[in-house]
Amino acid sequence: MSTFIELVVNGVASGSVYALIALGFVIIFKATEVVNFAHASLLLVGGYLTAVLHDDIGFLPALAAGIAGAAAIGALVELLVLRRANVENHAVLAIVTIGVDIVLTTELTRRIGTEVMSLGDPWQNEILTVGGVSIPHTRIAALVVAAVLITAFLLAFRYTSWGVAMRAAAEDGEAAALMGIRLSRVSLGAWAVAGGLAAVAALFLTVFPTPGLDRSTSFAAMKAFPAAILGGLDSTTGALVGGLIIGLTESLVTGYQGDLTFLGRGAGDVAPFLVMFAILLIRPAGLFGTRELTRV
Amino acid sequence: MSETLRRPAFWALAGGTALLLALPFYLDAFWLQTGLFAISAAIGAIGLNLLTGATGQLSMGHAFFLAVGAYGYVYLASDDGAHVSGLGVPTPLAFVGAVVLAGVAGGLFSPIAGRLRGTYLGIASLALIFVGQHLLMNVEGVTGGFNGRDVPPLELFGLRFDDSPDLVVFNIPLGALERLWFLAVALLIPAAWIARGIVRGRPGRAMNTIRDHEVAASVMGVPVARYRAGVFVLSSMYAGAAGALLALVFRRTVPEYFGMFLSLDYLAMIVIGGLGTAAGAIAGAVFVSVLPQLLTRFGGELPLVSAPGTGGVSPAEAARILYGAAVVAVVLFLPGGLVGLWTRLRLRITARRRPPAPLTRLDNKEQPA
Repeated sequence: MSTFIELVVNGVASGSVYALIALGFVIIFKATEVVNFAHASLLLVGGYLTAVLHDDIGFLPALAAGIAGAAAIGALVELLVLRRANVENHAVLAIVTIGVDIVLTTELTRRIGTEVMSLGDPWQNEILTVGGVSIPHTRIAALVVAAVLITAFLLAFRYTSWGVAMRAAAEDGEAAALMGIRLSRVSLGAWAVAGGLAAVAALFLTVFPTPGLDRSTSFAAMKAFPAAILGGLDSTTGALVGGLIIGLTESLVTGYQGDLTFLGRGAGDVAPFLVMFAILLIRPAGLFGTRELTRV
Repeated sequence: MSETLRRPAFWALAGGTALLLALPFYLDAFWLQTGLFAISAAIGAIGLNLLTGATGQLSMGHAFFLAVGAYGYVYLASDDGAHVSGLGVPTPLAFVGAVVLAGVAGGLFSPIAGRLRGTYLGIASLALIFVGQHLLMNVEGVTGGFNGRDVPPLELFGLRFDDSPDLVVFNIPLGALERLWFLAVALLIPAAWIARGIVRGRPGRAMNTIRDHEVAASVMGVPVARYRAGVFVLSSMYAGAAGALLALVFRRTVPEYFGMFLSLDYLAMIVIGGLGTAAGAIAGAVFVSVLPQLLTRFGGELPLVSAPGTGGVSPAEAARILYGAAVVAVVLFLPGGLVGLWTRLRLRITARRRPPAPLTRLDNKEQPA
């Protein structure tokens, strides 16, 4: 039983990290209708900056620098690439972000090389034991930070003028522009916020029990794609639920791997994608996504 | 026929084919191998361009179908070994079987492919890569697991596509690479020709309409779901042929090769070359497969590029960054890719050479009385 509770807690914690990534993904999609395949590389930018700087300037300033760096790169991508791409087809825009992703990921993995970098987090490998259930401090921190950030974001989305502008732009871009909302600023803000959230997620993807930031971190970040899509690409609630589903699936399948040998080794990495297949077969627009209805 | 003979396009095509057939007599092994990669990539890219370029269905799972083709061929053609099993089918049949198998894999995915739109499909097909990697690593009896397995050489009408027995033509010894080159050209030409026919004909019109506006397409009587599933199967079969050919060139299949980066490479190819045409796919495939080799060969003379392992930018990485940037640059500045650039150049030249035809008589006719 205690194993089960541990797995569920771990799953919810890593799920909340996936939710952070997926949330950024959904924000960008809502604001600009672009599916950002460069999201994993934004995450890598944040993680790399934190890892390089934490020795010199301490953990929290380094994390802040990582968040600022990823946000800046995100904003730059919007400013220099997507704003200038004059194409109607959204598949082509998605491919442009793939181009950006290839450039950023190649350069960052080259810099990281074969190293495994520590991000210098204060929790290290300490473990909290409550009634026979042991949970790493990093997981608790991930859960708390993700919960705070997500709540803050949702409140801002609901009550600030930035949030209202964003929702208006997502609802009907043209009408919003006519009401005096600067769409360019909305999408710039969306990219920056998504980059910042990804940088925070980078921290929690690479802390204990993961060895650290290495080449494979961007693959770990890929698991947030099914999270975003099974919840529905245009739904913030969907991103949260999707993140939790992915986190729980991964944690449970990895934890009970011994009983699931027929799935093969490393099934925990594939299970999220299989769950996504199953959900998309039943609901092609995701759990909370708006179904595109067309009337002719 | 005389009409055909007078067209410059016909002569360009004939000249190009002759050049392709003459190349193995002059190129060394390094460039032959590069060229073989480029040709197999071209076949795969043509398939992806039918799907993503012409029909607008974003697929990030192309590498999965390449893997099905490669491993399908190996499994069908090999005999039972100590750790791995095989069916021992005659190798040409195995090649065809691999292509069919890839098509079947595409068909099995079509319940998902036929229902999802654009980006949803892109990410769902990304999942194929991860599932594929998992299968390649774990179904060791078929795939050989992490270490992969050897590829039996193809044998067609008594000719083995291998280094032995010796075969000398015009005093040039034709080894495995040279022989495979002819096979690859013999596959590329029908592949491109069929795709060109599809894109230019009635199905192509239907596919482009689906890309531009699905509702409009279905209103005009295009069976959208059937077309989307059909194109998916066809594109997977192209990928299967490319994968089987690659396996023959590599002589060993390893799971690592068929990862996500391969899928991204193929998307880069069709964007750089030009979306929606067979010629674009070929141009892009040559660009993306030859660039890293060029940088490897001549990287010493280039600034910023250094040998692998010295800490600088290795040729492979430099190539990757370059074509990542090329994808962005093409979409921003060069709509239509390399092929679009060529078309525009040609139009400009012909416009300069020939003054615009007088339209006065037609204009007069069209005047209302």
